[in-house]
Amino acid sequence: MRLSLTKILVVVAAVLAVGTGLFLYWAREPALAPITPVQRSAFDPALLRKGAELAAIANCSACHNKHDGQPYAGGRPIETPFGAIFSTNITPDPKTGIGGWSEAAFVRAMREGVSRDGRHLYPAFPYDHMAKATDNDIRAVYAFIMTREPAHITTPPNDLHFPLNIRVLIAGWKLLFLDRGAFRPDPSKTAELNRGAYLVEGLAHCGACHTPRNLLGAEKLDQAYAGGTSDGWIAPALNASSPAAVPWTADRLHAYLRDSDRVRGVAAGPMSDVVRNLAQVPDADVHAISAYVAAIAGAPSPERREIAERATVRAQGKAKATSSSDGTGGPGAAIYAGACAQCHGETGRHPALPAVNLALSSALRTAEPDNAVRIVRGGIRSPHGQGEPLMPGFRDVLSDEQIIALLGYLRAHFTDLPPWTGISESVRRAKQGDSAMRTDQEAETKA
Amino acid sequence: MITLNVNGQSRQVDADADTPLLYVLRDDLALNAAKFGCGLGQCGACTVLVDGHPIFSCIAPASVLEGRKVTTLEGLGTPDAPGPLHRAFIEEQAAQCGFCIAGMIMRAQALLNTNKEPTEAVIRRHMEPNLCRCGTHIRIIRAVKRAAEYMRNAAASTGSDRT
Repeated sequence: MRLSLTKILVVVAAVLAVGTGLFLYWAREPALAPITPVQRSAFDPALLRKGAELAAIANCSACHNKHDGQPYAGGRPIETPFGAIFSTNITPDPKTGIGGWSEAAFVRAMREGVSRDGRHLYPAFPYDHMAKATDNDIRAVYAFIMTREPAHITTPPNDLHFPLNIRVLIAGWKLLFLDRGAFRPDPSKTAELNRGAYLVEGLAHCGACHTPRNLLGAEKLDQAYAGGTSDGWIAPALNASSPAAVPWTADRLHAYLRDSDRVRGVAAGPMSDVVRNLAQVPDADVHAISAYVAAIAGAPSPERREIAERATVRAQGKAKATSSSDGTGGPGAAIYAGACAQCHGETGRHPALPAVNLALSSALRTAEPDNAVRIVRGGIRSPHGQGEPLMPGFRDVLSDEQIIALLGYLRAHFTDLPPWTGISESVRRAKQGDSAMRTDQEAETKA
Repeated sequence: MITLNVNGQSRQVDADADTPLLYVLRDDLALNAAKFGCGLGQCGACTVLVDGHPIFSCIAPASVLEGRKVTTLEGLGTPDAPGPLHRAFIEEQAAQCGFCIAGMIMRAQALLNTNKEPTEAVIRRHMEPNLCRCGTHIRIIRAVKRAAEYMRNAAASTGSDRT
């Protein structure tokens, strides 16, 4: 009995060893030879222009950049449940960037998530979406990236928990979750919807944030666009379960993505980068993206339309007093009246700064209050530049308890949804997030 | 009744809970340095410090600030004994119409509280929320640098930064 157990163990060990060996052999990817960096004159100007638009759609600069850093030089931590991954320097610096990458190496990285030197790349880089782009489009992005200003900057090493710091395991992840198939247009749909699908599912990688992820960090494709997270923010559902007070239409999405109608909604948090980048993109593509995303949710159900009607009536509630003396009581009402109503108030909305009507705000309608807490604490900056504060943050004015009281009041006053139960937890999460960011900024302030 | 700590003194004011701090400072406490510019937290003319951090007092209800330390321009010195930022702004003649200057000085004070020798890039980034319609920004930046120097010299002569 004892002998046979040992035998079994030996056989199991041998099988494991052979299996591991085979896996390692199978997971190997060759290094591709480095090249001398390509000169700008080698690229067709029309290809460069197209690459600039596609890189903007792909929002590359949002991750491959740190706060106030050089564009595309990377160094930004991407927090994942498995630890922090630092975005890489993708400027054409030959040593610290990708100046030594051939077009073939770049195409392989975008399609298969493999670095020029053969290392597997973590799927924080959304190659599961990039893989849907056409060869021509990837070549255009390559031309654009290779003609950026080189930055000689070494980015920090990743800070991942064992065993996820072993890159070869990513090969197994790809086997399970990477669909290498090309994008196939749906002949029953319009050209605009197909263009939108191609961009949204591919380069724009909307699902990377707006689709929930499984335990291995892959998108749950059976719950596509059911809502996810991004950098501590809620990326709301884009499908029929969207928290929006009034269902999105293609036109409204277009206005939002173009930042042209701030009364109906303005991008905050990580979405602000998307809107900033989309300003570089032809209007036809933004229309196509809007049309496709609106179609994900489909036509609103009767229940959905009823919710929208109630919210619209609430939004027009001009008669509703919002001072502390209106009988709703509590410190939240007074804080709203003294800090928010100047811009958001039903009676006092300033023509020069038409702030979002809070009865139509999605941030007050999500299941958890994280986005509302982050907006109240940190404010909203204009996606387009430094000189426009839009909404100031209140983290230095309001205490945690006061923010909790305010958020409770806003949820009760501007929606008919049940009260939030986890506001203090959400405030704690937001503070963790901005203490990391403040350290980053203070380091620069002192520099 | 709202009890506020303003410039180190405890002050009691009879104001509604939603009254902005700016109105309390100007109308009840006769501290008129902070100005009403836009009333929307967009221009910075009303900037004061709360626990050392710059805030827009036009959109900060006074009632939420009980127990916190409020500092206004009047708290940084007097006409007879001007503070380092006052002196630097006068010597650089940084004011044109002067409406934004109290806010500018308060925001600059917040920076100099934590950074003894800010570079011009840091000053520019830090001062960005405050607007000046006359265009004296170049003198304002010079004044902030000069004030930083005064503060460093004062610290060196008393040895207070060696602790």
